[in-house]
Amino acid sequence: MAMAQVGGLFLIALLALMGSVKAHDTQFAVHMALVAIIALAAAGWRLKTMDVSVKKTALQDREAHYMDDVVRAGAIATMFWAVIGLTVGVLIAFQLAFPHLNVEPYLNFSRLRPLHTSAVIFAFGGNALICTSFYVVQRTTGARLFGGGLPWFVFWGYQIFIVLAATGYLLGVTQSKEYAEPEWYIDLWLTVVWVAYLIVFLGTLVKRKEPHIYVANWFYLSFIVTIAMLHVVNNLAVPVSFLGSKSYSAFAGVQDALTQWWYGHNAVGFFLTAGFLGMMYYFIPKQAERPVYSYRLSIVHFWSLIFLYIWAGPHHLHYTALPDWAQTLGMVFSVMLWMPSWGGMINGLMTLSGAWDKLRTDPIIRMMVIAVAFYGMSTFEGPMMSIKAVNSLSHYTDWTIGHVHSGALGWVGMISFGAVYYLVPRLWMRPRLYSVRLVSWHFWLATIGIVLYAASMWVSGIMQGLMWREYNAEGFLVYSFVETVAAMHPYYIIRGLGGVMYLTGALIMAFNIYKTIRGDLRQEKPMGAAVEPAE
Amino acid sequence: MATNEGKNAQGAGGPRHSGPEIDKATGQSTTGHEWDGIKELNTPLPRWWLWVFYACTIYALVYVVLYPAIPLIKTGTTGLLGWHSRSAVARELSEVEAARAGVMEKIRTMPLEEIAADPDLSDTAFRAGQSAFKVNCVQCHGSGAEGGFGYANLNDDDWIWGGTLEDIHTTIQHGIRYDQDPETRISEMPAFGRDGLLDQTQIAQVTQYVLSLSGLPHDAAEAEAGSPLFAENCAVCHGENGEGQQMLGAPTLNDAVWLYSADPKQIASQINNPKHGVMPAWAGRLDEGTIKQLTIYVHGLGGGVAAEQVSAN
Repeated sequence: MAMAQVGGLFLIALLALMGSVKAHDTQFAVHMALVAIIALAAAGWRLKTMDVSVKKTALQDREAHYMDDVVRAGAIATMFWAVIGLTVGVLIAFQLAFPHLNVEPYLNFSRLRPLHTSAVIFAFGGNALICTSFYVVQRTTGARLFGGGLPWFVFWGYQIFIVLAATGYLLGVTQSKEYAEPEWYIDLWLTVVWVAYLIVFLGTLVKRKEPHIYVANWFYLSFIVTIAMLHVVNNLAVPVSFLGSKSYSAFAGVQDALTQWWYGHNAVGFFLTAGFLGMMYYFIPKQAERPVYSYRLSIVHFWSLIFLYIWAGPHHLHYTALPDWAQTLGMVFSVMLWMPSWGGMINGLMTLSGAWDKLRTDPIIRMMVIAVAFYGMSTFEGPMMSIKAVNSLSHYTDWTIGHVHSGALGWVGMISFGAVYYLVPRLWMRPRLYSVRLVSWHFWLATIGIVLYAASMWVSGIMQGLMWREYNAEGFLVYSFVETVAAMHPYYIIRGLGGVMYLTGALIMAFNIYKTIRGDLRQEKPMGAAVEPAE
Repeated sequence: MATNEGKNAQGAGGPRHSGPEIDKATGQSTTGHEWDGIKELNTPLPRWWLWVFYACTIYALVYVVLYPAIPLIKTGTTGLLGWHSRSAVARELSEVEAARAGVMEKIRTMPLEEIAADPDLSDTAFRAGQSAFKVNCVQCHGSGAEGGFGYANLNDDDWIWGGTLEDIHTTIQHGIRYDQDPETRISEMPAFGRDGLLDQTQIAQVTQYVLSLSGLPHDAAEAEAGSPLFAENCAVCHGENGEGQQMLGAPTLNDAVWLYSADPKQIASQINNPKHGVMPAWAGRLDEGTIKQLTIYVHGLGGGVAAEQVSAN
């Protein structure tokens, strides 16, 4: 078995090397060389470890039952990509405020922007989802992950996808579809990895020891299945050559736009909403040590959410060449989506009934609660912005950027941070985190950072929209485009500072996690002690 | 936050059926399911949540009946209101155009001088021109018409091709060195260095002389030596004292306004191997009314020259 694996890896390395030599463009040559190096390194590592029998550590009997090493790797990868993605975000925020920071050609805004979005959504968010889903599905089914070494293939395969996508952006490889920029060969690889992920997750559910499937797993499963479908359909393309990086989409014109936003909006719906709701449904009840507020609400909001979300994509194409009927449907489905989205918020917040005092003493719960609060805010803002009259002002402005970031920084970021804070002491068998007070610092830096970000983008975006539509008495435009850009400058600086605060919080977290994994414990006054009278 | 890992490991051993129980904090019963210590309350759906969900659904249904919404074989339903996005835009545009049709027609047909003489009309033309400028001209001339390196500043009274209404109108219509327009304005300063008309020492001397014309810091001896060279090679277009000649598009050299900056290196480079900027012709791309509005706007920026002023000179 091991020999066959090594042989397979060598074959991949050989094919990739041939692809690199025969490549029709530099980018493809670089990528194939990278694949060859990774395959050779993996083969070498496999040769070195194949004879060593699996070391039985005294860590736990648990290891025999649950597969937690891949979850540990996932937690580290989540933290690593969070720092990378947020750093690039801060850089491009300042590039917009100070264009001189663009370094041509590799580090200009247009190449770094997809690097930022992919690093935070797919690298940070994706690793957080894969890692927590592996943990949660094992704990809530009582079964070990299905598929032997397959979870490791999912983990490493996913990291290779990220590295290929990210280096591709810097080299100029893109199919110019937002959030689906990687070219055909990277898409094919992700498809293989994603199917493996689905097999691991479904297989574990099938061999579960609990009679019922826990709600978190419904959400995780809907996320995995729907992302597979979205990814495959939106990336249907014909490569110009099998030895070149360029391909052409199977769709053209407004059909292409609609397919793209069917994908794009449901990436928000199923990756950034459903997946992270799965995370919320496990980690909030665990951290609060309270039962989930309403089982019925979880059923009704799950089914209504996944049924309604999939139709809402056309609201990204209001007032375009898309036929009016499709725009209407996109809008009304978005409006109907408001309450199904809020069902998750209610279930998350109300799970704290009887444990609200923990907000004072437990910054991790605070982080999860603020995440759900931002989730509620963004899922109200979204349906509102999909209403055509509102959209005619908000579309193409920074308001959209602010909306996305209150969801991404507030909801996705904070719930993931909370989950990682919960996981790390348990995964490494530590009595607690290195420092709970540092979590509180992280909480406040991140929260104030988000407020600066979202508020500056609201002001900037609404101002931008109003300036674009400002007419004088005779119906002539009052402002030139560049005047709107100049007016946004101060808000871009405030946004950048908000990003710096959020990044600083994440760096504090990385330090805290590192110390916790090392086994250090900071001697500190417990949280909430400050309000007690001095002795 | 001590971990309860031990409990988890035990819990993973097999299924438990705890059965429904009453949660003390809320008084609500649980469903009886349990996963890894997580239970669920049997709380009914919040009423307000359900009613708002219904209200949103009713809003959606009403909207679908009123507006285009349901796809059919070839087209979609049109909705009871008969609203249609493209015809709505067309209607709004035609309303605006109808409202300003009279005054726009006047601007299109009246001579520029007469428009400028009518305060109301010139005011309207100025604002219309400002709007057109912001769409078509700011990319080169800047949003304040302040120009830039190689692009003329339109706020001052230093005009390369003349600053009367007529001159500005011609420049906008036909552009500068714009091949596709036979009536475009063309001036071409020889490349004195590149084509060997002057050697590098001479070019350095002429540069110093050009600097002296506008009182900029210069080397007096070099400038002295450059003076006869200027008279021989440059004065025919730029004038004896560097006063320029708008008929030929030869820029004034004895003032503080520079198209390519007053840096001696730039001046020398312009003598050596001059840049020849291009401005597109706008006749055909913009209608005559818009070109006249732009003329009134650019003329009114502050540097516009009256026709009689020119003839007096």
